[in-house]
Amino acid sequence: MRIAVQEEEFDLGAEANAFAAGDDANGAIVTFTGVVRDLASGDLDVMEIEHYPGMTERALTKIAEEARQRWSLGDVLVIHRHGRLAPGDRIMMVATAAPHRKDAFEAAEYLMDYLKSRAPFWKKEITSGGAEWVAAKDEDEDALTRW
Amino acid sequence: MDVLYFAWVRERIGLPKERVETEAATVSDLVAELSAREDRYAAAFADLSALRVALDQELSDFDASLAGVREVAFFPPMTGG
Repeated sequence: MRIAVQEEEFDLGAEANAFAAGDDANGAIVTFTGVVRDLASGDLDVMEIEHYPGMTERALTKIAEEARQRWSLGDVLVIHRHGRLAPGDRIMMVATAAPHRKDAFEAAEYLMDYLKSRAPFWKKEITSGGAEWVAAKDEDEDALTRW
Repeated sequence: MDVLYFAWVRERIGLPKERVETEAATVSDLVAELSAREDRYAAAFADLSALRVALDQELSDFDASLAGVREVAFFPPMTGG
């Protein structure tokens, strides 16, 4: 299991290739990548991501450990960036490895659902017109009830 | 104890972190104490339903006791991912 909270870019291909490599008990690997989406108006200049150093790593570790309790997983990877990102930049990735795909898919969704509203990150959208904190969505909180 | 603020709470109060000497028994008591200090605190804490609190880096709630707590953090609902 690896949890990384970092400002620098990550290499999706290298991470995916290295993840769970050499463990042939895993018949399924799921990767999810989150990317900075431009605003509908197309004028997002910067997405600034703030986090709570220390608590972020703890929260992500707790979420990943919970996933390992619930599903039969060979490995879990979570990488989440902070700082100033541009539209199209990768924000984060999760990867899950499991003997079977159902566990890998479900655990990846679980990680994403919890990461969105239980890991201390906050997004701010900066455009030429100003800066605005992204509001949490009720549906993100509701998504947790299915688990 | 150390009190930390993140995102718009940090911006509204105007600092990321401060040392607070307090006898507050619960998070709510601490919020009342801070809000009474200055308008910028009162503005940040005006709507507690828009805020979350963590005690020693674990999510908690406003009724929670501060006994033994070293670090309190206030922030809006999280928007990661």
